Amino acid sequence: MDIIIRNSSTVPIYEQIKDQIKNKIITEELKTGELLPSIRSLAKDLNCSVITTKNAYEELVKEGYVETIPAKGFYVAKINKEIALEEQLSKIENLLDTAINIAKLNNIDKQVILNILDILYEEDK
Amino acid sequence: MENILEVSNLSKKYQDFTLENVTFSLPKGMIMGFIGENGAGKTTTIKAILNVINKYEGEIKIFGLDNKKNAEKINTEIGVVLDEMFFPEILTPQDIDKIMAGIYKNWDTDLYQKYLKDFGLIASNQIKTFSKGMRKKLEIATALSHHPKLLILDEPTSGLDPVARAEIMNIFQNFIQNEDCSILISTHITSELEQIADYVTFINQGKIVFSESCLDIFDNYGLVKCTEEEFKQIKKEDYVRYQKNKYNYELLVANKKSFQKKYSISTIDKITLDKLMVLMIKGDK
Repeated sequence: MDIIIRNSSTVPIYEQIKDQIKNKIITEELKTGELLPSIRSLAKDLNCSVITTKNAYEELVKEGYVETIPAKGFYVAKINKEIALEEQLSKIENLLDTAINIAKLNNIDKQVILNILDILYEEDK
Repeated sequence: MENILEVSNLSKKYQDFTLENVTFSLPKGMIMGFIGENGAGKTTTIKAILNVINKYEGEIKIFGLDNKKNAEKINTEIGVVLDEMFFPEILTPQDIDKIMAGIYKNWDTDLYQKYLKDFGLIASNQIKTFSKGMRKKLEIATALSHHPKLLILDEPTSGLDPVARAEIMNIFQNFIQNEDCSILISTHITSELEQIADYVTFINQGKIVFSESCLDIFDNYGLVKCTEEEFKQIKKEDYVRYQKNKYNYELLVANKKSFQKKYSISTIDKITLDKLMVLMIKGDK
């Protein structure tokens, strides 16, 4: 499992860990019922504090992506894929909204935005 | 959460220095960084915890026990690394093994040998042939080999190169894989602490400035940079400290989210422990 922490990012580290695990659950790189690394071993391997990984897992539990079995550990929960996807889509919507606002403020044509979108989307593949 | 170490209202008067009502606690399974300037009271506090100085006011509990009344029991479960090496230089790690086995009932020779091997220390060489980093690692190996539950370190990485420091941080993270174990590290090198410490206690001029979880510190504190004009609009109660620079003002704010809502200043940087320390000590109110 790849988790990449950027210390320079303004996003708190626990949130970076949370988001990346969440994405792996949504894309099924992490499968339902799979045991996640322990809080302590994950902290050690990511070279971050225990309280950071603990917080990331607690948030994942709160959001329903991860289940905890006392004295055993943290497991990937069975998630409602549609709801999970919906959440991601609303994130995209918000970001696009910002982009569109900038476009409108500067009288930039919709087609130009769509072209940028096409290029960026293919580039990342 | 259970606390492995509790310091309450610790006070000690010296002629030219006073430790005043020092209070903090370290939960089980966690790493706490103890930061402050040189002479802020870090070592005095540690000495009180270790029972090396007597006649202080306040109470110190380790493993839930009073540290004076239960000194013997507590000492077998604490590992200590102090700023200065306490082994004579003509000894070898092998000699230390024998000496420690005589001191600690629970001394684990196999574990000690394993640490020596892991740290690349040759057991039959005299300490005087060791580099500074090797000496530190030897001290840490020695502190860990009687299976302590609490590790107390005074400036364990000062004067070491980045590679040795990273190795030592790794040792600490391995140590707390056992969730009954905790570490108190006093240091003025804060960059590594930012990564691995769960809690930070900041002492200045003998008083605790704060003792908080790192998540809270980095979630709440922020560094605002603004112009003089902007600075004039900001109310005094909305920042903790400020510093006037040649081209801008730097403000330490304790609640960056509400600050951002209230003022239209967009640049709130992440705070580093270094910057936090400097502004707290040198900044104006």
